[in-house]
Amino acid sequence: MLSRLFPSFFLISLLAVLLSSSCLAQENPYIVAYDHYMEEPGSLEVEYFSTFGTQRGGNDFHAFWLEFEYGATAWWTTEFYLDAQTTFNDSTLFTGFRWENRFRPLKHEHFINPVIYIEYENTSGADKILKEIEGHDVEADNGDPNSVARHEHDHELEFKLLLSSTHKGWNFVENTIATKNLSNDPWEFGYALGASRPLKLKATPKRCNFCAENFIVGAEMYGGLGDRYSFGLKDTSHYLAPVAAWNLPSDWTLRVSPGFGLNDDSHRFLLRWGLSREFSGFGDLVGHLFGGRQ
Amino acid sequence: MRTPNKAWLRCLSASTVLLFVSIGNARQGNPDSVKATAKTAKEKNSGESELDKAPQKARATRNPLQNDPEALAAGKKLFGMHCAECHGETAEGTRRAPNLHDSQVQDAPPGAIFWVLTNGIVWHGMPVWSKLPEPQRWQLVTYIKSLRVRPETSANH
Repeated sequence: MLSRLFPSFFLISLLAVLLSSSCLAQENPYIVAYDHYMEEPGSLEVEYFSTFGTQRGGNDFHAFWLEFEYGATAWWTTEFYLDAQTTFNDSTLFTGFRWENRFRPLKHEHFINPVIYIEYENTSGADKILKEIEGHDVEADNGDPNSVARHEHDHELEFKLLLSSTHKGWNFVENTIATKNLSNDPWEFGYALGASRPLKLKATPKRCNFCAENFIVGAEMYGGLGDRYSFGLKDTSHYLAPVAAWNLPSDWTLRVSPGFGLNDDSHRFLLRWGLSREFSGFGDLVGHLFGGRQ
Repeated sequence: MRTPNKAWLRCLSASTVLLFVSIGNARQGNPDSVKATAKTAKEKNSGESELDKAPQKARATRNPLQNDPEALAAGKKLFGMHCAECHGETAEGTRRAPNLHDSQVQDAPPGAIFWVLTNGIVWHGMPVWSKLPEPQRWQLVTYIKSLRVRPETSANH
């Protein structure tokens, strides 16, 4: 049934994306951390991200994912991910999907703005996108060959409290992560921190690709905090990563982030980059395709 | 291989179905959502009435870029990039967002418009725009305040 429905759903979505108009959003540069800004209502952002990682005691890898981020309302954003990876000298495989939802509970802006994040993951042990680091995630976990790692299946619920502040052009974020594997594994914890700022705060009167206002730079830091039985920094990995985003007037956003492992349990180097485009009016178009109000 | 707890999976399936039903209701014309839309349309005003909710301190804030010769052009550019999708190319308003030429908007102090831009009208669909740096929000205010003359009025004259 699902396999019959999927092609129709895919075609309708593709059509809607092609017919939607685009609109430039001021995208933040973070790849792991989240700020409190929701996707604009009715807009769909299609994103491709890539992570190249070095691996001691195994083969380096290139993990990648496709992300569909939709603004259901001004206070609720929902995202669907498809993950895959290539391990060099090994194989390429699809590693699972994720469905995340972010809810903004407060009506107005405050000094610190909270957002509630809930995600369901259905991935295999071969998943290496490292979208978040939690519990005792360490480099050695990714050293198994794909033929072995793919046989482990993870069904996880992930909860995050996203805190974010914007002041004088600076954005500061603090994310706390709590993950529960649905197979009775203990709760695992993690964190992500970030700070960023546009290179220029005032906009120039003309549209331009290389204006300083189009570039946002910053840094993020993320890592695990152990689990319910062994909370703390022991046997956890941590990363520090400069981040940069280039918001183009042609509606594309390019993000780049070289990440550096901070201890012996971390991958030494992660190079992440992503390309995204926002399509506004997607929700209305899908509504019209299904005979909704005009 | 780890096996997920069945109760968890049942809960997850049920919440998934509920979520999709609510998305459908939110976006499409079932009677409830039509009522909700009418209410929202009535409050399209929401922008205007929300302007009245701006705290006194925010209302009293002056536009620091009021006399900046580039602010109007930059604000127009920003409006086209971020606001025109909902408010219309000339800010004349659409089904989704109000006309910004209306006197309620034009008579509001710049500080109140800046406050609404910063905070959004989240429950009525207007996103928070504090992601734009402060000077860009003031550039937008400069442009919005320049729309005092309605396009149809100016066409008639």
